[in-house]
Amino acid sequence: MNMGDLSVHLKTAVVGVAAATALALAGCGSKDEAIKIGHAGPLTGPVAHLGKDNENGVRLALDEANAAGVSIGGKKATFSMQSEDDQADPKQGPIVAQKLVDAKVAGVIGHLNSGTTIPASKIYHDAGLAQISPSATNVTYTHQGFKTAFRVMANDAQQGKVLGDYAVHKLGAKNIAIIDDRSAYGQGLADEFEKAAKAAGGQIVTREFTGTDKTDFNAILTSIKGKNADLIFYGGMDSQAGPMMKQIKNLGISSKFLTGDGGQTAEFLKLAGDAAEGAYASSPGVPLDKMPGGKAFAEKYKGKFKIEIQLYAPYAYDATNVLLEAMKKADSTDPAKYLPILAGITFQGVTGNIAFDENGDIKGGSISLYQAKGGKWEYLDTVGG
Amino acid sequence: MAIFLQQILNGLVLGSVYALVALGYTMVYGILGLINFAHGEVVMVGALVSLSVIELLLGANLGIPAPLVGVMALVIAIGVCMTLGFSIERVAYRPLRRAPRLAPLITAIGVSILLQTVAMLIWGRRYHTVPALIPPTPHTFAGATITNVQILIILVSALIMAGLMGLVHFTRLGRAMRATAENPVVAGLMGVNINRIISATFVIGSALAAVAGVLVSSNYGIAHYYMGFVLGLKAFTAAVLGGIGNLPGAMLGGLLLGLIESLGAGYVGDLTGGFLGSHYQDVFAFLVLITVLVFRPTGLLGERVSERA
Repeated sequence: MNMGDLSVHLKTAVVGVAAATALALAGCGSKDEAIKIGHAGPLTGPVAHLGKDNENGVRLALDEANAAGVSIGGKKATFSMQSEDDQADPKQGPIVAQKLVDAKVAGVIGHLNSGTTIPASKIYHDAGLAQISPSATNVTYTHQGFKTAFRVMANDAQQGKVLGDYAVHKLGAKNIAIIDDRSAYGQGLADEFEKAAKAAGGQIVTREFTGTDKTDFNAILTSIKGKNADLIFYGGMDSQAGPMMKQIKNLGISSKFLTGDGGQTAEFLKLAGDAAEGAYASSPGVPLDKMPGGKAFAEKYKGKFKIEIQLYAPYAYDATNVLLEAMKKADSTDPAKYLPILAGITFQGVTGNIAFDENGDIKGGSISLYQAKGGKWEYLDTVGG
Repeated sequence: MAIFLQQILNGLVLGSVYALVALGYTMVYGILGLINFAHGEVVMVGALVSLSVIELLLGANLGIPAPLVGVMALVIAIGVCMTLGFSIERVAYRPLRRAPRLAPLITAIGVSILLQTVAMLIWGRRYHTVPALIPPTPHTFAGATITNVQILIILVSALIMAGLMGLVHFTRLGRAMRATAENPVVAGLMGVNINRIISATFVIGSALAAVAGVLVSSNYGIAHYYMGFVLGLKAFTAAVLGGIGNLPGAMLGGLLLGLIESLGAGYVGDLTGGFLGSHYQDVFAFLVLITVLVFRPTGLLGERVSERA
């Protein structure tokens, strides 16, 4: 193709885009205000089940707002969702963030993983767009000085501290082995756990590493077996924690197993099968049936999507509602107007009371502990909050 | 010592699977000079089809004994994968046989992505739990443990590799395959139906992939639309390490890669005093690969690449 050709095509394209934009703008002049809310999370890849779960949470909140009828700036607001797939890949995070910014969404719920949330937060910050992550728990996310970054879940520093303390004081662990999956979440949680466990008087006998695409952990587990750890801590997601638990039992390792919220799922129990028995895990917040609106939410969710809640859907739902509440209060979908309101908001969500501190972290985030018994997560205790 | 023995066992199990999958890559390369990147996905399809059959049979409560359910699942998975392998070759590679070498490489990657996406649509995105048909009781000897499934993996892989060697070296089909690999044009002139031979190669390779898929998924207890990608990459590496196009090379490469990974992950951290951790497992494996290729560009057992049109 020669350059002449190319420029002709370009011109046609530009005219086309301009016409489309004009049409779209003309559409905005009508009585109803169409408001797009962005969602970003992995919709493909190993943790796609959790990304879809969050997307469902957002969809439920938006559908309810539409059914209830919300008016913003004197016009009836119709919310729609633009959901983007970040593949849980840190490289994709900023790309889909830019896509959402370019699509002129009014606010973003996401991302799922810390690894994608952090690089994406810079894009939202530069565009002045509010971002509420339902589930990213890495400390860095809200500590970059961005006034646009919020989360509705306790961060890893809070969770890791509770876990490290619990391992030494309540579970009586002295020799601790730590494994993490080298993701921002897994590594961050493991680091915080290590600090807290050492501070509580525990000894770290080894630190091992794996990856988010691995299924075979026999080599590192064998190495841990040789070091006689009485507790294995894993920082990572259920898709690794499940098979890992199986391999721990197959290798005849009798150490206790403790992991964070990424492993405190129904999926973990299914993947580990009988081997799950006795495993400990934590989760920020309180269990679904101890949430103020947990039971009703679970029923609504199941009624609409015909599947069980995977993990973070209630948080995605709350994050969306907090965002909408701020827009309603500000009577505007302009981030510059509703952001100060969002920062100072107090909102009763299904997961609990939501208010943010000066960093955008949730105030008084509590952590709950569970143990796997008879194929179920049995609630043990809630710390903090 | 018990720990060392355990690491060797871990490596052997891992390596047997790599070897089984590597055979598929190496057979196709040997005959066509083509890297069939979709091979890893065929493994995945094998695993997921067998899973569906197991779930269907167990769910129907027909009272079929568990081992028989396993065998039926395996047979059906092999059937589906053979058909799939045949179709892939017929649709994506045969029309491009005279095209520049890059063209089939790209269609191979395309088929791989296509299969992954289709599997995602059929089986969904989540990790599936594979029911344990064989009791997972670990056996302990000399301080090392091994499960029934792991013993089965080593035995089945060894048997299949021996069978394949027998097929290639002592049967009419094997002779035709070797002739086609040597020179397809001349083989064709000598009355070998090379289209049939190439199809047969894909079908056999896909059957091996199905077996590998069933074994891997029952060993880890999981199956997933994404599982073929990493496994395929590792097996391809094993094939290159052993000398791509060479059957004993694929086996040697697979076993070596398994052992290197296992020992690497197990000991790198201790040997370097914690300076390098177990996340350097893959780095270590690929360092070995690069070193081998620098000194033996054709791989450990690879011979001079035959010139072909």
